[in-house]
Amino acid sequence: MSYLEYHAKSTPSGLRKILYLNWGLTLLLITVSSVGFLMLYSVAGGSFSPWVEPQVKRFALGLGVMFVVAMIPIWFWRNVSVLAYLGSLALLVAVELFGTVGMGAQRWIDIGFMRLQPSEVTKIALVMLLAAYYDWLPAEKTSRPLWVLLPVFLILLPTALVLKQPDLGTSILLMAAGGGVMFLAGVHWAYFVAVIAAGVGLVSAVFQSRGTDWQLLKDYQFRRIDTFMDPSQDPLGAGYHITQSQIALGSGGWSGRGFMQGTQSRLNFLPEKHTDFIFTTLAEEFGFIGGVTLLFIYMLIILFCIASAIAAKDRFSSLVILGIAITFFLFFAVNMSMVMGLAPVVGVPLPMVSYGGSAMLVLLGAFGIVQSAHIHRPRHSSR
Amino acid sequence: MKRNSKELDASHGKMTRRALLLGGLQLAFAGGLAARMRFLQVDQADEFRLLAEENRINIRLLPPARGQIFDRNGLIIAQNSPSYRITVVPEDAGDVEAVIDKLSSLLPLDPEDLERARTEMRRSPPFLPITLADRIGWEDISKVAVNAPALPGVTPEVGLTRVYPQLGDFAHVVGYVGPVSDYDLSKMEDPEPVLLIPRFQIGKVGFEAKREDVLRGKAGAKRVEVNATGRVMRELDRREGISGADMQLTTDAELQNYVQARLGRESAAAVVIDCEDGDIRAICSSPSFDPNLFVRGISVADYRMLTEDNYRPLSNKTVQGTYPPGSTFKMITALAALEQGVIGPEETVWCPGYLKVAGRRFHCWKRAGHGHVDLNTSLKRSCDVYYYDVAIKTGIDNISAMANKFGLGIKHDLPMSAVAQGITPTKEWKARSYGKDWLIGDTANSSIGQGFTLASPLQLAVMTARIATGRSVTPRLLKSLDGVELPSGAGDPLDVSENSLRMVRRGMYSVSNDRRGTGYRSRIIADNIRMAGKSGTSQVRNITAAERAAGVIRNEDLPWDRRDHALYVCFAPYDKPKYAVAVVVEHGGGGSRAAAPIARDVLLQALYDGTPPLEAYPKGDRSRIKAQQERLERERVKRPLGSRSSKA
Repeated sequence: MSYLEYHAKSTPSGLRKILYLNWGLTLLLITVSSVGFLMLYSVAGGSFSPWVEPQVKRFALGLGVMFVVAMIPIWFWRNVSVLAYLGSLALLVAVELFGTVGMGAQRWIDIGFMRLQPSEVTKIALVMLLAAYYDWLPAEKTSRPLWVLLPVFLILLPTALVLKQPDLGTSILLMAAGGGVMFLAGVHWAYFVAVIAAGVGLVSAVFQSRGTDWQLLKDYQFRRIDTFMDPSQDPLGAGYHITQSQIALGSGGWSGRGFMQGTQSRLNFLPEKHTDFIFTTLAEEFGFIGGVTLLFIYMLIILFCIASAIAAKDRFSSLVILGIAITFFLFFAVNMSMVMGLAPVVGVPLPMVSYGGSAMLVLLGAFGIVQSAHIHRPRHSSR
Repeated sequence: MKRNSKELDASHGKMTRRALLLGGLQLAFAGGLAARMRFLQVDQADEFRLLAEENRINIRLLPPARGQIFDRNGLIIAQNSPSYRITVVPEDAGDVEAVIDKLSSLLPLDPEDLERARTEMRRSPPFLPITLADRIGWEDISKVAVNAPALPGVTPEVGLTRVYPQLGDFAHVVGYVGPVSDYDLSKMEDPEPVLLIPRFQIGKVGFEAKREDVLRGKAGAKRVEVNATGRVMRELDRREGISGADMQLTTDAELQNYVQARLGRESAAAVVIDCEDGDIRAICSSPSFDPNLFVRGISVADYRMLTEDNYRPLSNKTVQGTYPPGSTFKMITALAALEQGVIGPEETVWCPGYLKVAGRRFHCWKRAGHGHVDLNTSLKRSCDVYYYDVAIKTGIDNISAMANKFGLGIKHDLPMSAVAQGITPTKEWKARSYGKDWLIGDTANSSIGQGFTLASPLQLAVMTARIATGRSVTPRLLKSLDGVELPSGAGDPLDVSENSLRMVRRGMYSVSNDRRGTGYRSRIIADNIRMAGKSGTSQVRNITAAERAAGVIRNEDLPWDRRDHALYVCFAPYDKPKYAVAVVVEHGGGGSRAAAPIARDVLLQALYDGTPPLEAYPKGDRSRIKAQQERLERERVKRPLGSRSSKA
């Protein structure tokens, strides 16, 4: 598809584009963010500071970014994706050199009005690049080994940089999202089976190696795994986060303890209650119903994206939308698994709800691309 | 780049299928998350709810308010005052030493307190408050409050602490409280949880310790919500404790204060007892000490000063101290002899200055002798030979039985520490204690209150009250408990003939009112009030034969602790006894000279319920007495008046 093709169809122009925005998706995003504001208000003990106010400001800024991105034709975003990818790599290197140490890892660059986490930008840039790559690659070459190895390399390069930060959560997300885009682009399923089999083999090898001469992990790393498997072994040490967050979740019960009544979060038993563990506060105060409702809204966003991708017809749009959807899905799926004790604590925020600037801005920008694809989708005049 | 649309459609179709497949997987995963949520929040909700409650709820004990102690007129003797202390939470303070430096520029901090705080800090978790300064004034508290922003982690707190506004006056009676020590806990079978509260105060000595059971009260409890670091966030509910019972003593704080001042720096004891109902109106041991020093933990220097003083300020001489009663015992010997009929009141004994008993000379205090002595003269002039003679005829067991009747050798049941029983020797007692036979000389010694015989000032006061009334007056210190009046100690008539008693009282009257009586110089001359008394001078050493040959050394020439004890017992008014008084001045010399004036002044003060008129004193003494009254008035004013006037 080319520049000409976009214009050949009757795409809306000027301010009329606003009417063609995916308003359902926009509304869902606003809803999810509002849930975030509510929970941040609650964990601050019924106060707009220190979290709600900056979060609202950043959300407003993010919405603005989303609208601006949406107004720009989707072909532009396809054409800049290589640039975005290279830019994000440069940022990752920069953060390694000049980054601010926070939470024991180099993750931020202070850019004045906010702290930028380059790994957040990387997630979207990678998805864009892969979508553009498969848009460019003729379909019959998709499963050829050489043409499979190239995107794998493109995925592993930023993954390695992120892992060095070290940010295990984000690197897993990058690999999974990249792999997802490759799968959607039509790479042969045998590759995925092979990778998954190799992964399982590696994990079992690691566990087999424990206590032998050729032990693959350090003892403390094994102990971390043990803690994840059975947090009650070390309830005041490493297992504390998991144990306390499960207590918070469980004590919420069917309908929760009521807004601002969550004892676990108000009394600081919950770790990182305004960021990674904010879901536990929600589940404690609004119970099973509240938690499932949030999950439902998230899934609606995913479904909106899938529908939009299927309707898009052009390859870049579809792949970029689906890639962003996968990234978004991975965010909340990993976060929720983590607080429910289904996955180890790796430090992935709850998208649009957790307090934090970079992730929210980048996600809204990404949804801007989704909106742009939606607005600029090919329309047949005959319709 | 142009591709044919068929190929495009094929790849798009594949992508759609895969997108739907992936979407399906995502939905399934979401379903799994929902199922997990259901498991945690619905199936296991109760268990986790319980865990959350255990996390947040803590039970804290509320120390009960200790019962207060009042005198018979409602004057406060022991009360609970709000005490302000400054605590610091090391965790909040950050640099604790810097905060302490800042704090010490605002108010003086005791280095000893700081050392204690530092030790405590090392031992306890950083979120628990540590006391930096205790019992500080309101002014200092406001200074801290104003500077709060510069003092992170520092909080002024208010609690209750025991205060004894009468200072030393009741130190020996009421005793004092102090923080529970490990030693206290080790003595208890199953200590109440409230005792484990740091710095909880319990009675250590005296009344405070003896009636700890009712004074302490019952602890309340509150349930508090704590956060993850253990800090209290809010109170959920509380059950108030039950305050300890208030107590009223029979003692008159004003009189007590006067007596304490009148004893001055002597090592002495005085007891004033109401003859009618046994109420102890004053019971003073001198020198005294400030019990408030002990409440927060006395400093080593102060404590050493108290223990190294050979006047023994810490010992309660009124009930704990036992002394040979000396001549004050002669009433008992006389009564025993009269009751046994070995001598009539008019019969006389010849006193040549000594009596030969079992080959040994027992001397009268008057070497020249008293000549013919009858009962009245024997008491009036305190002739020893008369008593040697009648005692040997009466027998020691009869004398000691009589002494027991009058409360000597009996442990009076008073809520004070270490109440002594004293000794009234019998033949059987000596065999038991020394494994030796009773000698006739022992009887001679005992007859004049020397030898084995020992009595406390309290016992002497009770004895005097019983002689004065003929009833078995029982001392009573606790007037009412929690508003309920306790039984009076008026007592039943003693099994002693009124005739004998009258003769003895008559003798005591002569002691004080006959020109030749030993207590004549310390008499009362008010028309309606006459005093009856008896002096006593008890030796604390044996006078050797060599000494006797060389001439007995004068008391004033002896070192203080070898001098005789001075005693005086008395009651008044003679015809209608109201108060009995016993005074013992340790190593004071002669009873008539050192103890009698004190006893007389105390008795008058009690009878007039305040400063007596000078007309009650012999004419020649009035100017001296006036000066003394003025001096005592000044000394008493020195005590904190504010706390004295705080009526309950």
